[in-house]
Amino acid sequence: MISSEKKEFPEKRMSPEEGGLSRAGEGATAGTEKNIAGKMEDDIVVRTESLTKIYGDLTAVDHLDLQIRKGEVFGLLGPNGAGKTTTTLMLLGLTEPDAGKATIHGLDCTRNALQVKKAVGYLPDNVGFYGTMTGRENLRFMGRINGLEGKALEERIDRLLERVGMAQAADKKTGTYSRGMRQRLGIADVLMKDPDIIIMDEPTLGIDPEGVRELMWLIRDLAERDGRTILLSSHQLYQVQRVCDRMGIFVKGKMVACGTLEELGQQIGRDGTGALELSVYPDNISLQRILKEMKGVLDIEKNSDMYVIHSSFDVRRALSKKLTEEGYTIMHLRQAGSDLDEIYRKYFEKAGEQVG
Amino acid sequence: MQTLKAPADSRAKELAGEGGSRREDARGEGTGSRGQSEENRRYHVLKVLFRKETAEFINSRRMILFVVLTALITVSGFYAAVSGLAEAIEGGNTATDFLFLKLFTVSANSIPSYNSLMALMGPFIGIFMGFDAINSERTEGTLNRLVSQPLYRDQIIVSKFLAGLFISAVMVFASGLLIGSVGVIATGLIPSGEEIGRLFIYLCFCVVYIGFWLAAAILFSTVCRHAATSALACIAVWLFCAIFVSLLAGIVADALYPINGGDMQAMMNEMGNYSCELNLNRTSPYYLFAEAATTVLNPGVRTINAVTVTQLSGAISSNLTLGQSMLLVWPHLTGLAALMLAVFAISYVSFMRQEIRSR
Ligand SMILES: Nc1ncnc2c1ncn2[C@@H]1O[C@H](COP(=O)(O)OP(=O)(O)OP(=O)(O)O)[C@@H](O)[C@H]1O
Ligand SMILES: [Mg+2]
Repeated sequence: MISSEKKEFPEKRMSPEEGGLSRAGEGATAGTEKNIAGKMEDDIVVRTESLTKIYGDLTAVDHLDLQIRKGEVFGLLGPNGAGKTTTTLMLLGLTEPDAGKATIHGLDCTRNALQVKKAVGYLPDNVGFYGTMTGRENLRFMGRINGLEGKALEERIDRLLERVGMAQAADKKTGTYSRGMRQRLGIADVLMKDPDIIIMDEPTLGIDPEGVRELMWLIRDLAERDGRTILLSSHQLYQVQRVCDRMGIFVKGKMVACGTLEELGQQIGRDGTGALELSVYPDNISLQRILKEMKGVLDIEKNSDMYVIHSSFDVRRALSKKLTEEGYTIMHLRQAGSDLDEIYRKYFEKAGEQVG
Repeated sequence: MQTLKAPADSRAKELAGEGGSRREDARGEGTGSRGQSEENRRYHVLKVLFRKETAEFINSRRMILFVVLTALITVSGFYAAVSGLAEAIEGGNTATDFLFLKLFTVSANSIPSYNSLMALMGPFIGIFMGFDAINSERTEGTLNRLVSQPLYRDQIIVSKFLAGLFISAVMVFASGLLIGSVGVIATGLIPSGEEIGRLFIYLCFCVVYIGFWLAAAILFSTVCRHAATSALACIAVWLFCAIFVSLLAGIVADALYPINGGDMQAMMNEMGNYSCELNLNRTSPYYLFAEAATTVLNPGVRTINAVTVTQLSGAISSNLTLGQSMLLVWPHLTGLAALMLAVFAISYVSFMRQEIRSR
């Protein structure tokens, strides 16, 4: 399922009327040119230095060091209560850190909150709108707050509504919007002030798969074509995996790992060997013997109804052939440790041990 | 390929244009005298917020209720005045000067006067407009979107307060002037300049009075998570001020200055008792307003504190001028305004210190 989605992903890009692959590619190069033209030395736009937030006796964010480069999509991954929202709030100067500091474009997020808020767009989780106003009116209001007026304002509203696919519903009251519509309008709302940096808190929450895919497209597009920097927090592994350049895994206020998907995978892999998850019917003694005798198999673990097989090379083909010959039915066979789910789970396990 | 490329270019240009305008904005702010533009921006944001608050209220269903409430006060106050006025004059128990102002103070046998209705229902108007000012935005999830915009947080709460005050001012003046003008037509009374002045001051008083309750409601809306809680809290305070303060004042005054001994001491205490009760009563905005309103609307009220017979001896029984009446109620007006600002300041501070998360 997942891999097929992944394959579909780049192709999808071609299909919508509004942007083909070549166009997006051009946008990307334009973005990098802008990068070069801009300040090369100051590539890191968001930086936190041992950022800490304490609520009572709970350390919600614990000495977080984070660096996000210009134009990249960074995913903050973590389970509920990890401190993702707290981190984003501190980045926006909406909450004061108890120690350490956060800077955006070199500006302190607490002391220069106003300057920071000019450059940063924030999409909160559970974004809401003024229900008695239409979508367009809501956007107009935000635009006005950000100093837009008249024709420029209306043009931008139209363009953004088009871009997030909300042009039809724009003149309905936002009180009648569905979750996904609100989320889309939220993105248009964030873009109203044309921010360099966009912070999204759980942008995929409560959106259907198709909606998520579109959203991911939009996020990718915002980064590549417009050259914006995006920080998004989520606990939805697959989605983040698909869209992020780098991601940080965040558990109980601590960043336990950070890097690209490959880097994270490497950090977690069991001595560079793969692991297989297997479940077959019937599950009997001779099965274990067969498995142990397989060429390349190093170790077998059994957890509940599943075997985890560690091997020195890929034994899937041989294994399935052998098992079929012996008259077993394979219920489940999967390469573990190679996808984000596994990475994520491993990190959480690890972190759980460490933190206690 | 060619066809694909053309729109791409235009898109790129469009994007560049967007980026360019952004930089222009930034430059514009950088160049002009910095303090000036910052000041302008603040004003601009406040204006936008104010407009939104006003528009939102006017478009809300609550507006209908609000209008109905005001209309009810107006109509019943007017009805009481028209039916009560004739009775009062025929009965001969009313001085016949400043009859126009009596439109606001005269009650018919069962219907209270406009003034007492306002004293009672004014708080409702204020509470009505403010009880969910902050917490509804919080639960709707608009507040965190708003505070992440480049604005000062105080602008949010100030704009809410100003918008509420503005709407209530419009309503109060509309209803007051309606009674006045219909009263002129219905009764044929022509108001003098002084009467118009007094009416104007009275209506300003009403606005400050409602403003106090608005501030109190906004305070509760910042402190309480749920709109229902804050509404209940507001109503509790209102009931306390309207009913219990006067009860408590009587009890406390009797305890401090007992007057039911029948001895010499009790007679000596009489004055202290009355003053004590009066001053305690005046801590309630309800009483403060009622007292001030009566004084402003009725030039015949010459004193509002306890006076002794000796102080009264030699006093000429005549009406006070507007200036003299103002002198009497000046402390009330400043007190009420100060109370309003103090309550608003508390909500302001608590709002500024709050952490705003969604829900
Ligand atoms: N105002 C507060 N007072 C006390 N504790 C708080 C407060 N706000 C958050 N916390 C705690 O801080 C921790 C981090 O919360 P945060 O909202 O940042 O988590 P999160 O990673 O965003 O979780 P989720 O995925 O559920 O949104 C949680 O354990 C939470 O209980
Ligand atoms: Mg969160």
